[in-house]
Amino acid sequence: MTITYREALRQGLYDAFEKDERVFLMGEDVGKYGGTYAVSKGMLERYGPERVRDAPLSELAFVGAGIGAAIGGMRPIVEVMTVNFSMLALDQIVNTAAMLRHMSGGQFEAPVVIRMSTGAGRQLAAQHSNTLEAWYAHVPGLKVVAAATIDDAHGMVLAALDDPNPVVIFEYPALFELRGDVVHPSVDIATAKVMRPGNKVTLVTYGACLHKTLEAAEAVDGEVIDLRVLRPLDMAPVFESVRKTRRAIIVDEGWRSGSIAAEIMARIVEGAFYELDAPLARVCREEVPIPYPKHLEEAALPQVEKIVAAAKELLG
Amino acid sequence: MSARFEIAPPPSGPVPYPRELSIKLLTDMLRIRRLEEKCAELYGAGKIRGFLHLYIGEEAVAAGSLPALAPEDNVVATYREHGHALLRGVSMNAIMAEMFGKREGCSRGRGGSMHLFDAAARFFGGNAIVGGGLPLAVGLALASQMQKRKRVTACYFGEGAVAEGAFHESMNLAQLWHLPVAWFLENNHYAMGTSVERSESQTDFCIKAAAFGMPTLKVDGMDVVAVHEVAKRACAQVRAGEGPVFVEFNTYRFRAHSMFDAELYRDKAEVELWKTRGPIHTFSARLKDQGDLTEEQFLEIDRAVMAEVQRAVDFAEAGAWEPVEHLLKDVYAP
Repeated sequence: MTITYREALRQGLYDAFEKDERVFLMGEDVGKYGGTYAVSKGMLERYGPERVRDAPLSELAFVGAGIGAAIGGMRPIVEVMTVNFSMLALDQIVNTAAMLRHMSGGQFEAPVVIRMSTGAGRQLAAQHSNTLEAWYAHVPGLKVVAAATIDDAHGMVLAALDDPNPVVIFEYPALFELRGDVVHPSVDIATAKVMRPGNKVTLVTYGACLHKTLEAAEAVDGEVIDLRVLRPLDMAPVFESVRKTRRAIIVDEGWRSGSIAAEIMARIVEGAFYELDAPLARVCREEVPIPYPKHLEEAALPQVEKIVAAAKELLG
Repeated sequence: MSARFEIAPPPSGPVPYPRELSIKLLTDMLRIRRLEEKCAELYGAGKIRGFLHLYIGEEAVAAGSLPALAPEDNVVATYREHGHALLRGVSMNAIMAEMFGKREGCSRGRGGSMHLFDAAARFFGGNAIVGGGLPLAVGLALASQMQKRKRVTACYFGEGAVAEGAFHESMNLAQLWHLPVAWFLENNHYAMGTSVERSESQTDFCIKAAAFGMPTLKVDGMDVVAVHEVAKRACAQVRAGEGPVFVEFNTYRFRAHSMFDAELYRDKAEVELWKTRGPIHTFSARLKDQGDLTEEQFLEIDRAVMAEVQRAVDFAEAGAWEPVEHLLKDVYAP
């Protein structure tokens, strides 16, 4: 029986709650409202307000409180409604969660799980359409993962709770109606994965762009790699693929300057330069805040046609 | 003389404690004072680098309040935390070694002056972003509450933090969820060089805390007796499950914000006036007045403290530098 990406996220939370009673969920409208995207719908009724904890609109404090509770022995899952609002909590995520272990000489750890939705594509305009995974992936001490599949929507939260490091999980509302089966009930948060074998060009991506990239790959015999983990990066499958295809394109919903795509390109140049038969290419978000009108938003984002065009250009 | 604000007369009157407790409080204040004076000297000698924020003048707050806590309680502090770490039970050796950046330091040399940590002492830093420790304290208290533990989380912060959003968000959450936090505001009147009246529309911090529905207490932070009494009361209330309590300690930093500043932001006369309220000499005088202390006894305590400081310096000097090959340690779990 297939389920949606949203249901997979919810199933992951239920599984986490059943597995460990230290686990609780905290965030804006996760309880009574049922979750902004209805991910945690029904959880308040089943687990009560102690474990499904509605927080006021205080991202800095409730994310920090999640970090503190993790240090204090609980296993909080903190939901930040969207990546756009996570900027209000950056101080706690970067200066406390990511740095605590190091600056305490390894004495303390903050095994907090922070989930947030991210991405554009729903005409929500500039302030609600950011893609800032790269910011988090910049920070040592954090693990950063992007759930692009049904398996990962379900399993990443469980893997993150098993990890002693602070983990940021990115979820994609653009995929909430995606349907599929949970094939692997348990997933790792360490490896990138080949999602479609191909021979002509390596297409590296993550998050919601995975599905556009898979579609584009059909037209160009592309090999598609879902990075899954944005920090620390697993480059082995990328190098292996590039050795075969000798060409690579990175598809990234973030702005190109200082992006995940830029990092992947740099690493390919460092680690597989002599395998390449063509310059690297990337398809990214145009360097503009996301405009409201549909046609402009679509023009600003990576699309199947753009990926195909970039691949065809590389293939000559 | 143009004092910026009303300054109460120096703390005075009988000390209502057994001599043993009085001597402990005095010794604790002296330990902080002598440790930090030595740190300042070592800073000048280049042994300690980076920022070094001295607590000198404010010792009564840490000395009076920390004994109100139990070993299972949590302490969250700021970057002006040498005294809190010391009186929470972190050894002077480990603190000094940390200042030097040596492996034997309480944060294995990775933190320095602003990031003292100690898991055994439940001392959660050493948080150097103003206001950054407050959400952390909320979370630690939330964990205690969910674990049904009678554990107090004491969170020290300066009045500069009150201007941060983190303060308001944290006060609200703590009160909303009835969390066991003792909020210990160390009001030294200057956020670096910005005085309270130049940065706060409402300069009465207890009014702010009361606006969240929180019980508040205000006390002379230069009087270790007053501090101790109020801290005991606050911690007892929190431990009894009555929710958070907010305490304002009115105190004063005698030295620069960090090691050097021109102190253009305050009158020298004001500093001198506050020094007449110095927590150590006023407390010693009271003990002498009631026959609990002689000058010779004071000097004896001081010599013992100086010896402890010297041992700490020797310990730090003899400490090891972490090999550069270990640079990337403790970023992720091994």
